[in-house]
Amino acid sequence: MQSLVKEGVDTIFGYPGGAIMPVFDALYDYDKHINHILTRHEQGATHAAQGYARVSGKVGVCLVTSGPAATNTITGIGDAMLDSTPMVVITGQVAAPLLGTDAFQEIDVVGITQPITKWAYQIRKAEDIAWAVARAFYIARSGRPGPVVLDFAKSAQIQEVEFDYKPCTFIRSYLPVPEVQPSQIEAAVALINGAKKPFALVGQGVVLANAEVELKAFLEKGNIPAAWTLLGASAMSSDFPLNKGFLGMHGNVAPNMKTNECDVLIAIGMRFDDRVTGDLKTYAKQAKIIHLDIDTAEIGKNVIPDAPVLGSAKDTLPALTAKMNEAKHTEWIASFEEYDKLEFEKVILREVYPESGEMTMGEVIHKVSEATNNKAVLVTDVGQNQMMAARYFKYSETRSMVTSGGLGTMGFGIPAAMGAKMGAPERTVCMFSGDGGFQMTIQELGTIMQEQIGVKMIILNNHFLGMVRQWQEMFFEERYSFTEMVNPDFIAIAKAYRIDGTEVKKRDELDAAIADMLKDDKPYLLVVNVEKKGMVFPMVPAGACVTNILLGD
Amino acid sequence: METKLYTITVFSENTVGLLGQITIIFTRRNINIETLSVSPSAIKGIHKFTITLFATEDVVSKVVKQIDKRIDILKAYYNTDEDLVFQEIALYKIATDKLLEKGSIEDLIRKYHIRILEMNNDFVVLQKAGHYTETQQMFEELRESVGVLQFIRSGRVAITRSKVERLSDMLEGIQKKFGKND
Repeated sequence: MQSLVKEGVDTIFGYPGGAIMPVFDALYDYDKHINHILTRHEQGATHAAQGYARVSGKVGVCLVTSGPAATNTITGIGDAMLDSTPMVVITGQVAAPLLGTDAFQEIDVVGITQPITKWAYQIRKAEDIAWAVARAFYIARSGRPGPVVLDFAKSAQIQEVEFDYKPCTFIRSYLPVPEVQPSQIEAAVALINGAKKPFALVGQGVVLANAEVELKAFLEKGNIPAAWTLLGASAMSSDFPLNKGFLGMHGNVAPNMKTNECDVLIAIGMRFDDRVTGDLKTYAKQAKIIHLDIDTAEIGKNVIPDAPVLGSAKDTLPALTAKMNEAKHTEWIASFEEYDKLEFEKVILREVYPESGEMTMGEVIHKVSEATNNKAVLVTDVGQNQMMAARYFKYSETRSMVTSGGLGTMGFGIPAAMGAKMGAPERTVCMFSGDGGFQMTIQELGTIMQEQIGVKMIILNNHFLGMVRQWQEMFFEERYSFTEMVNPDFIAIAKAYRIDGTEVKKRDELDAAIADMLKDDKPYLLVVNVEKKGMVFPMVPAGACVTNILLGD
Repeated sequence: METKLYTITVFSENTVGLLGQITIIFTRRNINIETLSVSPSAIKGIHKFTITLFATEDVVSKVVKQIDKRIDILKAYYNTDEDLVFQEIALYKIATDKLLEKGSIEDLIRKYHIRILEMNNDFVVLQKAGHYTETQQMFEELRESVGVLQFIRSGRVAITRSKVERLSDMLEGIQKKFGKND
């Protein structure tokens, strides 16, 4: 406990059980320092810690028992690994003498979590506690952040030892932030200065490095248009003139088309995920590629850069900005408009501004975003709701988007929204979910009730697993295999948890319902029945060239 | 891209579970480890892994980056045979009577530079150091002529021909930058 307080931990998401009881007993005396949130399932604790970490920039902390509790955290740990979220998960473990005997609730946590953590360590004796906790937090938050697991044997929890805490600042085998190399900066600057049609791709690396200001200065000096990845969202404000939108499979038309038209592609803290690149063989082949990343292993993993720039974006971006020339690129920037216009006419108009027919996901998201003056934190579940929200929600400040990008975890929404609200209590947190994902972690409504966490939950209910349905319609000859859902009365469920809510069935009820939801800071569930056959367009089919964009017309 | 034999050298801290962390990286990419040898290195507290595998350079370079990324790994790099002085050792157990039936074994010993480690009424243990092809050739010759009761070959051990000592240079660099290296 003292170690956690020394690391500045003030919030823990957890669930007690046999092999962690001594720690929970100690927690009882620390209630003034540490706010423990009792979730309804350990998976919920991990996603809540992720949501907390993503909006606050602090390390999310989970505390659970051994065995099934530990295995329940695996999804959240994997999610945090793929999305580079700093998190420390402390699992209880059977007493050291029982290890390896198949004791009650014993499972090989270190073995299971090694492939999906930055570091996993078993604490077997009390003398190791301070050292291991210090190291865990250092590893989780430094460099490219990620999850760390501490598997804490019960026998070590009850031993007494002199408390001697030293924060960890150095591990010789782990150098988290590569030093900026002047030769790499020069090579990249030469490419940027020679560029007629530069284009920047903004990833979460910018947010994780707190380099939003540095990014803006860089883009403005060179007048370089930029687009963000799913996790890079909110690194710039939505109305920043050089912000050209969202990349990838369901991204905007212009950024995807321009990827294959630009002459210099500048990737900043992003990892060329397949959902961004589509077919690598046809991806930006005409362009010189500059890749800024903090993680050496990302350089050349998917796309081989002409100019790699290793380091934190906080250091590399200003180094580039200082040496590069000012430029205008007026015509190049203007050339994005043609595609924006096409997308507006073919897709956005009918998705966001429909005048008749059933309600659409796009219009609901757009209206909620506007009703918050684009100032809210967006949390999404996974699927159509996620892609629509990523397309139509708008941001005015950074760390405003929490979603499960890499792992694509359905059920992420509710618990992540709880964590986000705990991490940014003064902000409005809007969580969009589908009817499918909502039911995967629906028990967390209990946590929201107990703690009165003021999250605004919106179910975009199409009575289908919408994204799978969309693929079935497009790629599986409309064979809708097990995607239709008979749903419960979500409002009645919320009522049972004493959470207010409204169900909207008609378009003319929508504005009033949104206003009712946002009138105070209490938890609220809004269920909006949207069209069953809604599709997310534009779409670059999986594995296709980024310019092969379907508009659904 | 061409597939060939690469040797990966890994220096790590001496902590529990490192071998597992390394093998996971191979398993995930469905790559077979051909040989593996692990031992303490010249520097106290640092262990050295020598791993050989058949792969393309693209694959081996990515595997090495992923290994290097693990927290307790100090340094990982890869080489081809041209960059290395390397050796394997093989032991052969043969029935004594079969070997004596052959008459003189002087030819065999001279040809393969064999050492005899043990000899008794029942069996003889021969040792040969060399490259894979050499130890394999001797194994095949013995198997056909006198039969082999047991045969074991070690993993590869290797030393780079380069003038750069990557681990010591790295540790020195860390010492300069941080004023400590352990």
